[in-house]
Amino acid sequence: MKLTLKIWRQKGPNDKGQMVTYPVDNISGDMSFLEMLDVLNEQLIETGDSPIAFDHDCREGICGSCSLYINGEAHGPDRAVTTCQLHMRKFHDGETIYIEPWRAKAFPVIKDLVVDRSAFDRIMAAGGFISVNTSGNTIDANTIPIPKQDADAAFEAATCIGCGACVATCKNSSAMLFVSAKVSQLSLLPQGKVEAKERVLNMVNRMDEEGFGNCTNTGACEVECPKEISLENIARMNREYFKAALSAE
Amino acid sequence: MSKSAILSSSIAKKYWMAFTGLFLSLFLVGHLLGNLQLIFITGEEGKRAFNEYAFFMTHNPLIKVMSYLTYLSVLFHAIDGIFLAIQNKKARPIPYAYNNPGANSKLPARQMAVLGSVILIFIVIHMSNFWWKMKFSSEPMPLHSVMVKDPQSNQSQTLYLTHTDNFFPTSAFETTPMAEAQMEIKNETDFYNKQVNIKMGEGYKDLHSLVMTFFGQTKPGFPTNKYALFAVIGYVLAMAVMSMHLMHGFSSAFQSLGLNHKKYNKAIKTFGTAFALLIPLGFAIIPIIIYLNK
Repeated sequence: MKLTLKIWRQKGPNDKGQMVTYPVDNISGDMSFLEMLDVLNEQLIETGDSPIAFDHDCREGICGSCSLYINGEAHGPDRAVTTCQLHMRKFHDGETIYIEPWRAKAFPVIKDLVVDRSAFDRIMAAGGFISVNTSGNTIDANTIPIPKQDADAAFEAATCIGCGACVATCKNSSAMLFVSAKVSQLSLLPQGKVEAKERVLNMVNRMDEEGFGNCTNTGACEVECPKEISLENIARMNREYFKAALSAE
Repeated sequence: MSKSAILSSSIAKKYWMAFTGLFLSLFLVGHLLGNLQLIFITGEEGKRAFNEYAFFMTHNPLIKVMSYLTYLSVLFHAIDGIFLAIQNKKARPIPYAYNNPGANSKLPARQMAVLGSVILIFIVIHMSNFWWKMKFSSEPMPLHSVMVKDPQSNQSQTLYLTHTDNFFPTSAFETTPMAEAQMEIKNETDFYNKQVNIKMGEGYKDLHSLVMTFFGQTKPGFPTNKYALFAVIGYVLAMAVMSMHLMHGFSSAFQSLGLNHKKYNKAIKTFGTAFALLIPLGFAIIPIIIYLNK
């Protein structure tokens, strides 16, 4: 496969940056998108150019490190996969592919395609945890009975890998899907209910402070999410927030 | 914490958008039912029914409270919406070089601010056409009158109708070279006997004729509106925009208020789509029928 790549190049956080065109050849349909970029980087290194910086880690679709806005969609045109699990067979010979970093004020570009997603970490630090002592005598998980539906919903929410595709794809750069998944996964379970009120208030407060936009229910995040996190979580967070805002002391 | 949480957080702003939006949807239903009188009751009966209705709507204290709530909701919905749109724009200072939002969301959902702005402009024009003329215009509104033909003399006479079903000939209000007028109109709608200065009755503002004329109906005694066709087209286009706004807005309001449940989602979506199609359609057919029946 022969491809024309248009890639965002930016030397550092304060560089202006621009789209640069690179031709690549001999791309196999069985390669993952990141392997295709590896091929390009080999070429760039050989010609003495600096390789393109992009985030990646497990390359198994579970860590949430890889990002990339490919042809106008987060993690590319495929559904329910991260960029590392996107294969080149989804593209055709001679295609032009646009590759850009996540775009959001809260996700500043560090270099090329790498963005700083530590805003998510700060939201988690604001309330995405339960305050229990886990050292020593850990009790069996099944000691507390939990309804199957609640356990399933919490587990589904917990599949969020925090990649930031929801923010990248949202026309408002809203982080509501991410935050709502984290709020839901904890507040659905008895251990998380204890701090439910402060959690949702603090996490939403932090989310607003980080400069994410507001949710307008376009539903784009749910479509582009590699883990198919549902909009139900956002509604659940809206309910949780309402209760907490009215009754928290 | 709680105070700011209810008033200014991103989620609270969405509650207010949803709440005012649903209230305004309810207003649309009431407004449409009132307007439908324009086409379902015809002739003199329709004119009288509509003008009595207009009087009721401007004088009933409960309706007054509701109308102030509606004005407030429109203002709040618009201001909050503009504020949210600006904030959302700021959240992505550098746009994508290539974006394909059509792959994951619908156009009305992405353009709510633009659609809403068009509706706001429409509301301003709409209110200046009717509401302003009815309530504040320096030119007095014409009053409800009926033309009666005397079967014996075969002469026709125009009479003003009062709230107590009395009639006053309009000729009594005119000063002719022969005689001075016996009656005069005070406070826009009050009929006074000029000599003794006593209020004899109260008339109705003729909003019906104003609307009919505006949308192209030619009536004796009223000027023809040269721009009626443009008024009809503009009105219909505004309703198309309203339909798109409601198409996303109605079900979106439920999601914002946290009302998302597998059992009811489909019903909310279906009802929202039907609402978004039928209500603006109902509004749009009224000026079209008036124009075609001229």
